[in-house]
Amino acid sequence: MSASQHDPAARGRATALVLAVCVLWPLLQIAQFEPAVLFDAGNLATLGGFLGTFLPPATDTFFLGFLASATLDTLAIATIGIALAMLIAVPLALLSTRSLSIGRLDGRLRPVSEAIRVCARGLTLVLRGVPELVWALVFVRIFGLGPAAGVAALAITYGGMLAKVYAEILESSDLSPTRALLAAGSGRLAALGYGLLPVASDELVSYTVYRWECAVRASVVMGFVGAGGLGQLMDQSMKMLNGGEACSILITFLLLVMAADALSAWLRRQVR
Amino acid sequence: MISLAALSVAYAGGRRALDGVDLSIAPGERVALIGPSGAGKTTLLRVMGANLRPTGGQLQLDGLDPWALNARQLQGLRGRVGKMYQAPPIPPRQRVITAVLAGRLGQWPLWRAVASLIYPLDIDGARAALAPFDLAERLFDRCDQLSGGQLQRVALARLFYQQPQLVLADEPVSALDPTLARSVAVALNEDAKRRGATLIASLHAVELALSEFSRVIGLREGRIVFDRPAAQLGVADIEALYAGVPYASAPEAHNPDAPSARPRLTRCA
Repeated sequence: MSASQHDPAARGRATALVLAVCVLWPLLQIAQFEPAVLFDAGNLATLGGFLGTFLPPATDTFFLGFLASATLDTLAIATIGIALAMLIAVPLALLSTRSLSIGRLDGRLRPVSEAIRVCARGLTLVLRGVPELVWALVFVRIFGLGPAAGVAALAITYGGMLAKVYAEILESSDLSPTRALLAAGSGRLAALGYGLLPVASDELVSYTVYRWECAVRASVVMGFVGAGGLGQLMDQSMKMLNGGEACSILITFLLLVMAADALSAWLRRQVR
Repeated sequence: MISLAALSVAYAGGRRALDGVDLSIAPGERVALIGPSGAGKTTLLRVMGANLRPTGGQLQLDGLDPWALNARQLQGLRGRVGKMYQAPPIPPRQRVITAVLAGRLGQWPLWRAVASLIYPLDIDGARAALAPFDLAERLFDRCDQLSGGQLQRVALARLFYQQPQLVLADEPVSALDPTLARSVAVALNEDAKRRGATLIASLHAVELALSEFSRVIGLREGRIVFDRPAAQLGVADIEALYAGVPYASAPEAHNPDAPSARPRLTRCA
């Protein structure tokens, strides 16, 4: 009895804690991050001076016109990019998920379908393995400066990311409705529509909207390499050391992210 | 017509869920499977539904060996078998009408299944299937607004809409209160009688098995202990079947359908 007085899980937890410290401490040294530097008086003054140039935000109508058209560009890049990414992601996710496997019902191994799954997963990996910024640099050379390069880069990278996470969501959902339908002779796509999507739709929608929010940010970064939109405008403002304009652009980002949040919440309520 | 000869199912560990089962069930029979937890009732139903491949012996459904069929024929065969479960496998956010219409997915072509998701193509059929259960006015409600008993009756309506020639029900009434349990058992039997369909149901409630079904099969440890018309079964047979089973029975045998530990999703960029 005395042996069971101790929580048998304690040793495992202690080991995990020690291990975490052993891994994180050397990594912190390698990363050369020293928080004290942030609060050094000289550095604080430099930072204050830099941030001071951001105020007040630029509000002249000429610049606001530019800002509006750049915002529209960014929204268009992000939205069309995500839409094309979904076109790539949906078939890849359906090919790589195991949830719709009829062979799994009776535990039979089907080498052919397993091979298809591995190929689809491999393709997904390649698509998302190269950062969108690199794709943007490539596509700027094909499409020239402007939003088209951003759209193509987003479609490819985000297609891979969406496919991976869609497949994971489909596999981690409650599969009992799907299995029951497959067991009753339903086809894979019918089982998807009647069994799997009703269970997984809210997660799929919220992840897609979150990715759209990421796409807005990514399209801004790609703007710095010439892919149009707010990023390109930001690049120009920074190069001209115009802090006020940069500040207005940052405020616009913030509003866009807030809008994405609201949209996500609203869409989740709709499918719920 | 279902026939099993020396049929066995062994799991990877060597444990036998079914061990040399010989059984023949004629069309239109209404059979109850009883026996202690872990006796192999669920396994037997999954084998007869062509969802679990036996590891030994012969199985014939309608004179065919399902595992000799190609994938499309096997799918067609499964579409002619209706199944019920203890927990109705219906997505909570699905509407009642969609849940009922899903009964015919095994018979519908894909275009019809997709079109029916956009606009339900057979509203009258679904209403008619729900009518015997006083659920016709809940047609466009979502399933998570129903009680557990109502949900099991939606599953029953789905089964009636499918109109299968063979119904396999795995503990269909175990989660219901006694009155509802009896009414669901009666409805299953009445429907099978009316259509001349075969009904095989596993039950924990022995008195329902004896009063509603025409034939009762007792299973224990993967073997058939008795197989007789309900009228010829005595209290002694039942007591012998459950004799020596501890009150808190061993947990149900390994079930590959049970949801495994779910991986946590990575949501980072």
